Amino acid sequence: MFANFDFGVIASSLPYLFGQGMVFTVTLTALAAGMGVVLGTLIALMRLSGIPGVTHLAKGYVELMRSLPLVLVIFWFYFLVPYIGAWATRSSTPMQVGAFPSALITFTLFEAAFFAEIMRAGIQSIAKGQTAAAQALGLTYWQTMGSIVLPQAFRNMLPLLLTQTIVLFQDTSLVYVLSLTDFLGAASKVAQRDGRLVEMYLFAAVVYFAVCFAASFLVRRLHSRVAIIR
Amino acid sequence: MNYNWNWGIYFEPSPEGVGTYADMLLSGLQWTVATALSSWVIAFFLGSLIGVMRTLPSKAAQAFGTAYVELFRNIPLLVQMFLWYFVVPELLPESLGTRLKQLPNAPFVTAVVCLGLFTASRVAEQVRAGIQALPRGQGMAGTALGLTVAQTYRHVLLPNAYRIILPPLTSEFLNNLKNTSVALTIGLLELTARARAMQEFSFQVFEAFTAATILYVLINVVVIVLATWLERTVAVPGTR
Repeated sequence: MFANFDFGVIASSLPYLFGQGMVFTVTLTALAAGMGVVLGTLIALMRLSGIPGVTHLAKGYVELMRSLPLVLVIFWFYFLVPYIGAWATRSSTPMQVGAFPSALITFTLFEAAFFAEIMRAGIQSIAKGQTAAAQALGLTYWQTMGSIVLPQAFRNMLPLLLTQTIVLFQDTSLVYVLSLTDFLGAASKVAQRDGRLVEMYLFAAVVYFAVCFAASFLVRRLHSRVAIIR
Repeated sequence: MNYNWNWGIYFEPSPEGVGTYADMLLSGLQWTVATALSSWVIAFFLGSLIGVMRTLPSKAAQAFGTAYVELFRNIPLLVQMFLWYFVVPELLPESLGTRLKQLPNAPFVTAVVCLGLFTASRVAEQVRAGIQALPRGQGMAGTALGLTVAQTYRHVLLPNAYRIILPPLTSEFLNNLKNTSVALTIGLLELTARARAMQEFSFQVFEAFTAATILYVLINVVVIVLATWLERTVAVPGTR
């Protein structure tokens, strides 16, 4: 069954797979996670603000993103971003947007909805008395959030945020539908060029498994270390 | 912004020769629903089995359950889809592999198997959490009454556990439904694939994706309404 398994094709494509593919995947994951957490926190604050229009806008955004498949969202933004760019710059022709910025915008906006739900739970987990105490001390809304609520919310939610980032790392493989060269895209291109689908896809699976398994193990360790005993 | 809107596009004949673009999208919707329901059957039963294994006293059963969950959770769905579609037929004995490749509905069958096994790992985690959320005394009471382990699970633990995990199971069902769109990479003509095809044929990008978006939102609403109804129907009177 593995009689004509060719390890040579894996070895010779390693620089391409990791030098281009994995770098793309990791860069996309890191940037989208960072920007997604910031945007997600803002959405969570909007949703908890209690201002009628703002709350509903945030809620509607989160619910919409959560009810759509990521593949469809990737297609949406791939075609929508050039038009938004044209509208923003008042140009009459759709703006040229590279594949990487387009993917980055997509994943940031999509994941922000999921990070928003995590941060909302985190903010709500902080005792109301703390906000009340901050207000009694005369802190403004942004001071209360910035130096009291959000730091604790982040700390409590760090394991969940990281777990979501591992999911994001796996989800970035879906840029395959735009023919981008992420790790899986690179493996797939080599596989099709050399007719070595079995080797390349198995190797890709092993690498994804190793990375995600190690990462989730570390997250569990972190979780037991930062957990606040109540 | 100069984009030529044409909302009448849905009623124009599609280049496939039969029916309109709307028919094309609706046939995609049918494949999406069929794939989601079929794979959910596998996911639910296998996931329950694996979830139960992780709570059994037997160390071997626990290890198997844990290994299954870790394996299927840590490989991206798209990679799993490729493994089932391109790799598995090659690794099987030649005659069987060829038969698999020649199945009339190969993408559908592959997608159902792949999604079923993938979602099973998520269902297993929920089932395990549900069982572990029950007071330990329930299992012990079952044993004290003389029930076998299987009977305890069937009549005491699982009926309670399923009621607890109904909301997260609903969201796993919705995830499974959304994940069917990944099967477009192996050629399943589901809703997203059809919207994409409509966009390529007609150049009406936003109309095509708007229709798909509305259809996905509608299925979500239907599922949530049904799940809420189910939750109320099966609730044990007097609890919560």
